[in-house]
Amino acid sequence: MEKTVLEIRNLTKRFDGAGVLNDISFSVREGEVIVIVGASGCGKSTLLRCINRLEQPDGGEILLDGKPVGGGDMVAVRRQIGMVFQSYDLFPHMDVLGNLSLGPVQALKRPKAEVEAEAKAALARVGLADKLHALPRQLSGGQKQRVALVRALLMHPRMLLLDEITAALDPEMVREVLNVVLDLARDGMTMLIVTHEMRFAEAVADRVIFLDGGHIAEEGAPDQFFHHPQTERARQFLNTFEFDSIKKS
Amino acid sequence: MQDLAVLFKGNNFQRLMGGLGVTLELSLISVALSVVLGLAVGVLMTLKNPVIHALMRLWLETVRIVPQLVLLFLVYFGLAKTFNLQLSGEAAAVIVFTFWGAGEMGDLVRGAITSIPAHQRESAAALGLTKAQSWRYVLLPQAARRLIPQAINLATRMIKTTSLVMLIGVVEVLKVGSQIIDAARYDAPQAAVWIYAVVFFLYFFACWPISLAAGWLEKKWS
Repeated sequence: MEKTVLEIRNLTKRFDGAGVLNDISFSVREGEVIVIVGASGCGKSTLLRCINRLEQPDGGEILLDGKPVGGGDMVAVRRQIGMVFQSYDLFPHMDVLGNLSLGPVQALKRPKAEVEAEAKAALARVGLADKLHALPRQLSGGQKQRVALVRALLMHPRMLLLDEITAALDPEMVREVLNVVLDLARDGMTMLIVTHEMRFAEAVADRVIFLDGGHIAEEGAPDQFFHHPQTERARQFLNTFEFDSIKKS
Repeated sequence: MQDLAVLFKGNNFQRLMGGLGVTLELSLISVALSVVLGLAVGVLMTLKNPVIHALMRLWLETVRIVPQLVLLFLVYFGLAKTFNLQLSGEAAAVIVFTFWGAGEMGDLVRGAITSIPAHQRESAAALGLTKAQSWRYVLLPQAARRLIPQAINLATRMIKTTSLVMLIGVVEVLKVGSQIIDAARYDAPQAAVWIYAVVFFLYFFACWPISLAAGWLEKKWS
């Protein structure tokens, strides 16, 4: 049995009194890919943001490698948990190399030459070897997200949080980003992924968590969840992605 | 055209240059003080504290609504009459222009800081940068890019507006110009046009390079 990387116990988050996350508990094993799905506003993004404390949870515990997250040094924890967002969040005033090396050089104090060599190699692996000195605004959305993934990876994180990283992309660019994520999954990267791409979720997940109204409504293997959902809410949710039974007129 | 010769009569040209020196000196001191104070004021303006917010708002509205000339008269004549505090015209000018410039500059700094999208701060944090590192490498460089073209624009406005200080007895370039014209009223009645044209070009060449720099930076960073 693999080591547990992340453990979440009874996590609760409220916004203005309304519960956004209610009593969420689950754990992530080393090398495991968990996909979190659910309707808009079900708390998926908030859950990810609570894990690295971009949001302050109102209750519960989060443990990274058995050690509680929060209270003290969040900076140290964030260095171990990589996160990529939906919005193109590259730093616009730096070229790609600058974006990639900022974290390792400044936060981890690694030698610049070593980091830059690693950045070049990593960029080549996602098919962007020629974009080393491009500025973010010269890249397509898909290219930006691949750079953002590489930027998170160069911190050598224990795990990655991916928050709807393809939601703002044109359809033809979604694939190039998801291929990178699939490669990472094959290499054994531990990941917690929020996505609306159900086919991708089925392909990449070891486990699916279905959030509904701030609760874990259903949890299971992707094959089971997508083809034999146990709850009515999950069935309704999955049906919203189906157009087979709909005809124009 | 021969009336232009007045410009080179006696030490007229040197005096005009001396006046330009006064204009630039007043501008430079006021702009420098405004930038330094404005940076601090701008950071204060981003704070959520309601008292600070109200005070800053009041200051900004004051310098925007009240004409600079009124402020100059208030400080130069008002202080003398009310508190028997006789400031030099130059000192009054620096006080008023810094009061104005720091308020406006503060608002520009506030705008530059608050216009940075929240997700820039979040991605810097998520990357494991400390707060200080986020400011130094991610937020301030972006704020500076938004700020510098507007700050340069403010500086040129301040340079132009220093021409008002002749009304509180400071002999700057425009005042020297009118003195030269007055002295030559009978010998060279057309001198006014020529001298003011020269003053025009002096202002132009003082402000133009700054405007060019602003345009260039704006293009480079857009």
